[in-house]
Amino acid sequence: MATDSKELAGLVGGKYRYGFVTDIEEDRVPPGLNEDVVRLISAKKNEPEFMTEWRLKAYRQWLTMTEPTWAQVSYEPIDYQSICYYAAPKNPDDAPKSLDEVDPKLLETYDKLGIPLHERARLAGVAVDAVFDSVSVATTFKAKLAEAGVIFCSFSEAVTEYPELVKKYLGTVVPRADNFFAALNSAVFSDGSFVYIPKGVRCPMELSTYFRINAANTGQFERTLIIADEGSHVSYLEGCTAPMRDENQLHAAVVELVALDDAEIKYSTVQNWYPGDENGVGGIYNFVTKRGDCRGANSKISWTQVETGSAITWKYPSCVLRGENSVGEFYSVAVANNYQQADTGSKMIHIGRNTRSTIISKGISAGHAQNAYRGLVRIMPTAQGARNYTQCDSLLLGDQCSAHTFPYIEARERSAHIEHEATTSKISEDQLFYCRQRGLSEEDAVNLIVNGFCREVFKELPMEFAVEAQNLLNVSLEGAVG
Amino acid sequence: MLVIDSLHVRVQDRDILDGLSLSVGLGEVHAIMGPNGSGKSTLAQVLAGRDGYEVTAGRIEFLGEDLLALTPEERAHAGLFLAFQYPIEIPGVNNAYLLKAALNAQRHARGEPELDAFEFMRVIKDNMKLMQIHEDFLSRSVNTGFSGGEKKRNEILQMLTLEPRLAVLDETDSGLDVDALKIVANGINSLRDPQRSMILVTHYERLLELVKPDHVHVLAHGKIVRSGDHTLARELDERGYEWIEQEAQSA
Repeated sequence: MATDSKELAGLVGGKYRYGFVTDIEEDRVPPGLNEDVVRLISAKKNEPEFMTEWRLKAYRQWLTMTEPTWAQVSYEPIDYQSICYYAAPKNPDDAPKSLDEVDPKLLETYDKLGIPLHERARLAGVAVDAVFDSVSVATTFKAKLAEAGVIFCSFSEAVTEYPELVKKYLGTVVPRADNFFAALNSAVFSDGSFVYIPKGVRCPMELSTYFRINAANTGQFERTLIIADEGSHVSYLEGCTAPMRDENQLHAAVVELVALDDAEIKYSTVQNWYPGDENGVGGIYNFVTKRGDCRGANSKISWTQVETGSAITWKYPSCVLRGENSVGEFYSVAVANNYQQADTGSKMIHIGRNTRSTIISKGISAGHAQNAYRGLVRIMPTAQGARNYTQCDSLLLGDQCSAHTFPYIEARERSAHIEHEATTSKISEDQLFYCRQRGLSEEDAVNLIVNGFCREVFKELPMEFAVEAQNLLNVSLEGAVG
Repeated sequence: MLVIDSLHVRVQDRDILDGLSLSVGLGEVHAIMGPNGSGKSTLAQVLAGRDGYEVTAGRIEFLGEDLLALTPEERAHAGLFLAFQYPIEIPGVNNAYLLKAALNAQRHARGEPELDAFEFMRVIKDNMKLMQIHEDFLSRSVNTGFSGGEKKRNEILQMLTLEPRLAVLDETDSGLDVDALKIVANGINSLRDPQRSMILVTHYERLLELVKPDHVHVLAHGKIVRSGDHTLARELDERGYEWIEQEAQSA
């Protein structure tokens, strides 16, 4: 596998690859937040009245809330009035209808990112919705999906085209005032993806969204809603990158998943927001609320995440296991290098009978980083026969970093079966020497061992993204050992 | 092939090797025997380039190169292989993956084309048969949950696949039952070649019954105190090490 090794070596030698800025005209509102800004955002998107009202209610609730402080992270207070809440690539009234209308510079950006909007997408069989700063730029493969009855479009489009579906499901998994950042998102969310899979349909391709923060001093607040109707099946992937900037940028997204009877949603994330430089300057604050509702019997929601970016990550993809026999899964690799801070994990709320959940969390800390797993397993009195298996493994590279584990377990039903396993290990000198004696360089040996550590999670990723995730990991840990 | 010239090695402020000299010619098999703590394993580690073993004097020449100037991976690329006394566990990394990565890293360093998965399988298939290793073994994590015998067989499988110029086997026979010892010995013998040399570091004579060495050396107090042919091994088996140590001290 020296071909791979060569590529890896190239990657390892590189810096953050996605740190470029695209110079395009932007339509943006001035920094600051008040009811007028919320109305302005809603107006810019030609939203119906119900949506504007929904936003305003969220904003008013947000004003009464305080930022959470319980996470194992520290940062300077955020000045919410200095953030710009809406920035969109030019043409304000008429969003591009097809790829031909998209600014070529924008397409160039996606090329640099390696996102295959046209040909490569077709080859890969991936439908891509690309969210640039706040606006969804183009959704490919709409036609082919429409044949199957699948709706895959930007959130803005869904609000105007499918208002009934949006009204019915928006905020039913993550309520407006769920938490401080979710409330902020509900007030100012700019765009995101919307997916509806009709009854009995198996989505014919992987759906994918790439998020990109380009503009300076901008927050990104995307909102994603996926509904899998009875007996349907969908696999969805999101990827994220941002330019290198000295100041911190806020990203507060909300993702809601709804799985009805016998439906299955697989949601994968490769998160590579700019993590800041090696001294901890700059980087994205990734404060995200992701939750899936297994509303129907025998439904299943599976989260897989590979988190290598962001200065600070605050994120707990969760499953509410309401339907009988429903299944929730969470597979996570979280890497923190240099001065990155991660407080991430999952929540599994067992409500229905015979509900099952699995949490596999792999945390890797290097440099001066802090990496915390925080997870909640709650078995409600109605959840007879519920089962959970949790495994939290931490790998430390170097002696300046730290790993923490905060598992919360609440069992209110006697028949619950809960298992929790946790390990902390370091890459040993013995392992490195063994690999080097067989001919691998030290860097390749580290990558080999780290990838081995993460294998249980990587094998849950769609094939083509598993490779990307592995490469990302190696870049992220550049210089972490030696 | 290998020339060790009055090697002095210190480990954690203790002098372990104290002027060891040894010359291994092309195609020769040398056995290094000696009591516990005589420095046998230290010699193996120093040859492979392990950190923490400080060479305070002496030199080692391998195929005309200054071995001590090379990193561990460069020594591997040059054809030096160490079968570990205690093979290391690497959870999550499967055997096939490590071995293929290692083989291709070495081939790459030598300017040879790398093998793809099919070619690799062809290469190791016979080796696995020889070592009586089942195919599901390839997908298991490196040495994780292996029995002692499986770990040692895995070391020999790696050796057969990497085809080194000089193989150093550090107590490969320890912890093996009779059947496993035979399998391991078969593997080693199959690799004997006029172009390849071996150093068998061992405490007991039983491996040497199955793999006949050309030369046997006794290591005591950090240097070689006696050398002979394979009959010396038998003598040691019968009489123990004490008499040699006493002779060495009185001399």
